[in-house]
Amino acid sequence: MKKEIICTVCPRGCHINVEGEGEKILSMEGYGCKRGVTYATAEFTNPVRILTTLVKIDGVDGELLPVRSANPVPKEKLFDCMEIIRKTKVGVPLKMHDVIIKNICDTGVDIVATKAVK
Amino acid sequence: MNNMKCDVVIIGGGPAGLAAAIAAKQEGAEKVLIVERDHALGGILQQCIHPGFGLTRFGEELTGPEYYSRFVDQANELGVEYMLGAMVLQVNNETNEVICTGSEYGLACIQAGSIVLAMGCRERTRAGIMVPGTRPSGLFTAGSAQRLVNRQNIMVGKKVVILGSGDIGMIMARRMSLEGAKVVMVVELMDYLAGLTRNRVQCLDDFGIPLKLSHTITRIEGDERVTGVWVAPVDENKKPIAEQAELVECDTVLFSVGLLPENELTRKAGIEINPVTNGPAVNQYMQTSSPSVFACGNVVHVNDLVDNVSAESAVAGKYAAMYAMGKLKDAQKNVPCVTGRNVRYLCPQSIDANQKDGKVTLYFRVLQPEQKVTLVARCGDEILAKHKEILVNPGEMNHLTIDTNMISGSDVTVEVVKEA
Ligand SMILES: Cc1cc2nc3c(=O)[nH]c(=O)nc-3n(C[C@H](O)[C@H](O)[C@H](O)COP(=O)(O)OP(=O)(O)OC[C@H]3O[C@@H](n4cnc5c(N)ncnc54)[C@H](O)[C@@H]3O)c2cc1C
Ligand code: SF4
Repeated sequence: MKKEIICTVCPRGCHINVEGEGEKILSMEGYGCKRGVTYATAEFTNPVRILTTLVKIDGVDGELLPVRSANPVPKEKLFDCMEIIRKTKVGVPLKMHDVIIKNICDTGVDIVATKAVK
Repeated sequence: MNNMKCDVVIIGGGPAGLAAAIAAKQEGAEKVLIVERDHALGGILQQCIHPGFGLTRFGEELTGPEYYSRFVDQANELGVEYMLGAMVLQVNNETNEVICTGSEYGLACIQAGSIVLAMGCRERTRAGIMVPGTRPSGLFTAGSAQRLVNRQNIMVGKKVVILGSGDIGMIMARRMSLEGAKVVMVVELMDYLAGLTRNRVQCLDDFGIPLKLSHTITRIEGDERVTGVWVAPVDENKKPIAEQAELVECDTVLFSVGLLPENELTRKAGIEINPVTNGPAVNQYMQTSSPSVFACGNVVHVNDLVDNVSAESAVAGKYAAMYAMGKLKDAQKNVPCVTGRNVRYLCPQSIDANQKDGKVTLYFRVLQPEQKVTLVARCGDEILAKHKEILVNPGEMNHLTIDTNMISGSDVTVEVVKEA
């Protein structure tokens, strides 16, 4: 498989071409420095993202609770996670970083509140 | 009228106002008061639920609410005072009074030792850039759409075209995609991205959203609701090539075409405004042309990184406190900062060369993207600071730190030198 990855580590934004199979990288070109190799390897084998969105608050209209994944989750699971989060409602009060959903989609990552609500 | 007194009054409770308040307290100002028109603190960060804040200051990637919550906690510990739901109507820099109004306070007059302007910025609107066509519903600035979606739970549309590749527009592209909307494309007039590369990768590429560089919207269609936009490539003079225009169906258009510092109050007070930044001209203490008035954050110049805002605002807060306590001497030797080759603007615009601790950070933006360059700050022929960059572009702010003790001439010039 071939993939063009834009490195986001520094403003130069190198376009790195990676070729490989599964977890194995066969060739890589276009990186401007070593940090790009680390980045492109991770992006190729297991791209992850922090997911942020909002959750409905039980009994409160027009105000939503901002939440995040405590750690990055695999990129391809973002929409599955959204599906679950959309169906969730939370009760208040809540403290900063209270767990809203544990181990979302078996990623091992929790969805937590990014704001305290009284 | 309700009369109040304080040492430092701060207008705006976003990250700039909060950082300034914290620094003013730490410097020893006794009564520090933030006046904020919203019903909560945090400013624009309240609607910025995405990550990407605080990498420099806190060494971790925080969301907007996490970032300002840290500031609010710290401000509370230090005993900063607030007036929420209070809108400032007037700044009187001669009497050092701030007039504000709010349902809880009625009309109030705050007499202060010094004033900090931290009102942030507002978005350029469609009228500001003038796209022809009808005026149906479904047209939003990216930031107002962000506010509706993230703070009021109102989904603005299902099929979206975004004009402008600024960060807010790209972040909304991801947000709307996650919520199930289809973002058809992002249209950018220039031949380079306006915002950060990270946002292009994580907000557009991740969701397969095409980025059309060197394109623009030439016309908007629809009677009651938007039904589509005409998108055309532009020639080297940025003129649309009409024959190549294509109709793109959509029910929503977001405009992410830049921000303007919010300076009605500043103008009315007769404070000098820099024509390039559209914000007050300041020296390294973030002091405006009116010595008792300081300014920081997006009201001075539009920042893309909140960490820069916080750093600059801590400076404003510190010196505003010193001014209020009578510890800041009048600037002795004001040296202008001059923009050299490929530099669009500089902040601060002047330097008091007699500052004791000597270190001043000059923030600046380039005019054009350029590769393999050296950023140089010089005074006459003497180099004050230099720094190599592989790439500079107008979307990412650069900075150089200089030592004021080295300033001997009559100005400081910052320029981008192309490597041979
Ligand atoms: C949509 C968006 C996304 C961003 N994304 C990132 C990012 O990913 N990473 C990053 O580091 N930075 C990001 N930034 C940049 C950074 O967040 C801002 O530069 C920073 O928040 C500006 O802070 P501020 O305090 O100057 O302005 P603001 O946060 O706008 O605060 C100004 C405050 O002043 C108040 N005010 C204005 N006028 C009055 C008045 N007359 N009376 C009383 N109160 C008044 C307003 O209500 C507001 O609360 C983003 C900015 C935006 C807009
Ligand atoms: S590869 Fe190195 S030089 Fe290129 S963008 Fe990544 S960090 Fe920057």
